[in-house]
Amino acid sequence: MTLLRNILIRLLTTLVTLIGVAVIVFVVIRVVPGNPIAMMLPPGATEADIARLQTQYGFDKSIFEQFVIWLGGVMQGDFGTSISLRQPVAGLVLGRLPATLELSIFALSIAIVIGGTMALLGTRYRDTKTEGAVDISAGMALSIPDFLWGLVLILLFGVLWPVFHISGRISPALNIDFNTNFYFFEALVRLRFDVLADLIGHMFMPALALAIPLAAIIAQLLKQSLKETMHLDYVTLARTKGYGENHVITREALPNAILPTLTLVGVQFTFLIGGTVIIERLFSYEGLGNMAIDAVINRDLPLIQGIVILFALLFTIVNLVVDMLYVVLNPRLRHA
Amino acid sequence: MSGYLIIRNLTVRLRSGPVILRSVSLNVAAGQVHGLVGESGAGKSMIGKAVLGTLPRALQITGGEIWLDGVDLLSLSAAERRRRIGATAALIPQDPLTALNPSKRIGPQITRRLIDILGWTKQAAEARALELLDEVQIPNAARVMRSYPHELSGGMRQRILIASAFAAEPKLIIADEPTTALDVTVQKQILRLIAQMQARHGTALLFVTHDLGVVSKVCDTLSVLYAGKVVEEARMQRFFMRPIHSYSRALLSATPSYEDPLGSLTPVSDTVIEEVEAEVRWHDARAGT
Repeated sequence: MTLLRNILIRLLTTLVTLIGVAVIVFVVIRVVPGNPIAMMLPPGATEADIARLQTQYGFDKSIFEQFVIWLGGVMQGDFGTSISLRQPVAGLVLGRLPATLELSIFALSIAIVIGGTMALLGTRYRDTKTEGAVDISAGMALSIPDFLWGLVLILLFGVLWPVFHISGRISPALNIDFNTNFYFFEALVRLRFDVLADLIGHMFMPALALAIPLAAIIAQLLKQSLKETMHLDYVTLARTKGYGENHVITREALPNAILPTLTLVGVQFTFLIGGTVIIERLFSYEGLGNMAIDAVINRDLPLIQGIVILFALLFTIVNLVVDMLYVVLNPRLRHA
Repeated sequence: MSGYLIIRNLTVRLRSGPVILRSVSLNVAAGQVHGLVGESGAGKSMIGKAVLGTLPRALQITGGEIWLDGVDLLSLSAAERRRRIGATAALIPQDPLTALNPSKRIGPQITRRLIDILGWTKQAAEARALELLDEVQIPNAARVMRSYPHELSGGMRQRILIASAFAAEPKLIIADEPTTALDVTVQKQILRLIAQMQARHGTALLFVTHDLGVVSKVCDTLSVLYAGKVVEEARMQRFFMRPIHSYSRALLSATPSYEDPLGSLTPVSDTVIEEVEAEVRWHDARAGT
């Protein structure tokens, strides 16, 4: 009963969040200077032409009226038509979503592996030079933003030692006839290892650039809570039972120490998704973020709205997943 | 000297220099209960930690021997020592609320060591755990095995920790102030339970406490510790009849008796403290520290 109530409350707050986001975006992009119609027409268009298009796209109405019309469409799954691409927004946005999702999840996995390993090493060899090395590299990784890491990586693995592709999502020469835009997952399912290798070759650098700052955060926080947990009585008790350091860290301390890190990773993962906007541009990766920048440059209001709503939806889903994981990992919350 | 646990001239220091244990020697005979009393900060818990190899990193053993079951633990490698301790000794910790892993069920917390360290089968380990939970008078043992620590009371958890300590039939158990964190009403039950279990299993027990009243109930022999130095070692009866050291005498008259709990108490006087401090200084001077 309480579970059902919690889910309902959750759905309701999600809905309120999304509407709030929609209102803000809707108003802001209409208030800032720049006329979408002016961007569409060639120089020398007449006042009458402009007025005709204004009416066609409904920009002559008040912002409130426009919002009501747009919301009415959204209720029926119609997010409007892109001005610059002249296609339905929903189709465009959903077509790009898989690329960004795959990049973000790949980046998250890299961050967890690198950050987790650093945290475990730093704890295993605490108070030694190894821990110092972990601290210093985490500090360095954090003090440089993701897009700068992107440039550094391009220089290293694209120019000086060109082992990875520096742009795009997949080599055009590759013959794929996939049913979905989830290339990575579909290649995995179909065991198309040539496609998989090509995708990773494209994804590795942007994903690593996104992952490095997050890995540093994971390394620092997880190491800190592991070290605190190592002093607790149940860890000491496990030692007296004859367990060695590695077992004590991974089996006794880690399941408890991971909880605060999990919360933070949830928050940081939404930042990482935000970071894809710039990183995708940098690596010409055909994802949502890249599309978002084009949409803003073209003042493509319906497309901007669609992309922002989708990002907002992604963030709320990530938060929901983190909350659920928290309950799974923490038995004290299970009955509450 | 004969005994299951023999500590000789054990010296422990902070890595930064100060001495924590001053050439401590003590002897716990097989099947006997040895009390270790002293005020807080006297280093009594550190002796237990030194034996079990769980001293805080800031501390190090700088001298002495710890013989457990005929083997000098300090002569072994760290891994060997750990295995040896895991197989022959166990700890009943002070605070039952923090000594169980909050993210694991009770069952595995008792059985894992039997399976991992001693090579038992899962079935045998679980049967053993059930048997022990019955022995420490936990009702519904099968259900408790599936519970998480936060679902159980402090007294229950301490019973579980006691059961867990006896699970592998260790020859030595170190109980580090096992009743201090509990309600007064539960303290007595737990104390009686530890004494019963010790007698039934014939385990040697090193009982660390600041409570002379508790010692008088469960111990055969005891050591009185002051500032990391053993000031008196005695058999129980002799100690309570005729304590030799003036600090022991002062400690005794500062302890409420069970027969006359409202009788007058004398705080440990400054003269006694000065006397015992002088003794410690003399020891340090002789040891060249």
